[in-house]
Amino acid sequence: MSEIDEGLRSELQRQGIWVTSMQELYNWGRKNSIWPLQFGLACCAIEMIATAASRYDIARFGGEVFRPSPRQADLMIVAGTVTKKMAPQVVRLYNQMPDPKYVISMGACAISGGPFKTGYNVLKGIDRYIPVDVYIPGCPPRPEALLHAFMELQRKIDSQKLTGSEKATHLDSTQPSEFPVPSFGAHDLEPPANPDVFQPPKIERT
Amino acid sequence: MSATIQTLEPAAEQPTRLPPQMTSRLDGELLEVSMGPQHPSTHGVFRMNVALEGEIVRKLKPVFGYLHRNHEKIGENTSYLGSMPYTDRLDYFCSMTNNWAYALSVEKLAGIEVPERAEYLRVILAELTRLQNHASLLGFLLSDMGAWGTPLMYAFREREKILDLFESLSGSRMMCDYMRFGGCRVDAGVDWMKLAKKIVDFFPRFLDEFENLIVENEILIARTQEVGKLSAELAINAGITGPMLRACGVNYDIRKVDGYGFYPRFKFRVPLGEHGDTYDRLMMRVLEMRESIGILKQAFEQIPAGPVMNPKVKIRAFRPPVGEAYGRIEGPKGELGFYLISDGGTNPYRYRVRPPSFINLTVLEDLCLGHTVADVMVILGSVDIVMGEVDR
Ligand code: SF4
Repeated sequence: MSEIDEGLRSELQRQGIWVTSMQELYNWGRKNSIWPLQFGLACCAIEMIATAASRYDIARFGGEVFRPSPRQADLMIVAGTVTKKMAPQVVRLYNQMPDPKYVISMGACAISGGPFKTGYNVLKGIDRYIPVDVYIPGCPPRPEALLHAFMELQRKIDSQKLTGSEKATHLDSTQPSEFPVPSFGAHDLEPPANPDVFQPPKIERT
Repeated sequence: MSATIQTLEPAAEQPTRLPPQMTSRLDGELLEVSMGPQHPSTHGVFRMNVALEGEIVRKLKPVFGYLHRNHEKIGENTSYLGSMPYTDRLDYFCSMTNNWAYALSVEKLAGIEVPERAEYLRVILAELTRLQNHASLLGFLLSDMGAWGTPLMYAFREREKILDLFESLSGSRMMCDYMRFGGCRVDAGVDWMKLAKKIVDFFPRFLDEFENLIVENEILIARTQEVGKLSAELAINAGITGPMLRACGVNYDIRKVDGYGFYPRFKFRVPLGEHGDTYDRLMMRVLEMRESIGILKQAFEQIPAGPVMNPKVKIRAFRPPVGEAYGRIEGPKGELGFYLISDGGTNPYRYRVRPPSFINLTVLEDLCLGHTVADVMVILGSVDIVMGEVDR
């Protein structure tokens, strides 16, 4: 992910000089200390705790510092069923997190409503209101799957640019870092989805 | 806890509506605080509206529904078999016991016999579930108390071993979906039994280690003894069941009372508390785990060979006769029951869950009044709630 020529770099390394770029250093630091928000919704949260606990030990990837306060968190793991009653709080928590922030949507429920999709009180996917970086399917996803998602996120962070037209969204002042919190309407959440974030694929019928 | 806290006035004498100017002052006036739904304690999306006088809780109003997933309504629109995986997600720590309670009520409804080996397997799995539920509860409770890390790690280390057993038997760590009407889905092999025996034999060592850590720990005693006292009378009137009821000294265990499954064939004692405080509730879990280990050892010795499924049951397109049934078991959290009404169709006409942790939660205000706000989390932890079951 670097702009430095690999040949030159290894040549210099042989001389005992280690070169890096600002972007590389910045991303290296960020990706190895992702602090998740300590926030569980349902069954998947137990697997999230299992990932943080003894056997799977997310600390190996630098993610063990679960912060109870969104102000100190970088990553929101939406672990479990988001009900319509809970959705405004989830969006509010996301808004309270400082930039740069990332979201992992863990489990079938957070992706689409999962087994409870037919329920009248279940939100059909948290990506209707906030942008999601990594989705993990499963009901619940195994801890290994969460670790995989974590590594995918690290890869994503590593490839983010600091400058240029493709620079990371949190550095782009035109990109929003907060999203409107839905309110309780007469029958459903108002609005039912945020069109800036959620564009479902158009199915062409022939 | 000092004696003054115990003699404070009951909640009913407090003003019910707080004047706005009182909410911002700490000089003996009431301050309203909303705890949850996102909260550092590990009990899911549960919110409490607490009125505080300084640090002392004067009023507590639980707010439910943040995890209402329409379980019962979905159950009424799904076939009998189709509801089985949903029961896993009720109390997601104890999917095996949920399966059993549901299977039991359907078996009652349709009059299905269960083969002997399946009954033994059910007992084994239910007791294993009890072990892992109580172990993780202790971990969570201690981490709520401020012992972040170690106890939870120890507890989850043991839990993982039991989850491995579940996984090799049913294919899933948490959502086992293992029991069927008239038996169990697959048989447990010889290797599985050996491994299970080994894990169960090893478990007392974990308990000893854990007890060493906690039982005489001064901080734990100061935080839990005389905190959140529940009287036997209130517990019975409120319909509390499970370890929470037994911590008040009431001898009521559905394994003994109903004698469902093959429990009458096992020798085990029902541990009883004396004071009904948080410490008793905590120790109740430790003692119950010891009894569960005894049951498991007996079950491993007695289990016969044979089929695990009643061959006469037609599971697909299952239509029980018209009628109603209530099946209940002693889950790790208390009386878990399913009430089913059948109109002869493929779906239940009415499907109702009696969730132990929801009913145990109804006395939360009585337990917390007069204690500090930091104790609320400990008391809530000792009630042992799982939001999937509370809100359904
Ligand atoms: S995806 Fe499955 S395990 Fe996860 S919260 Fe939903 S129902 Fe529970």
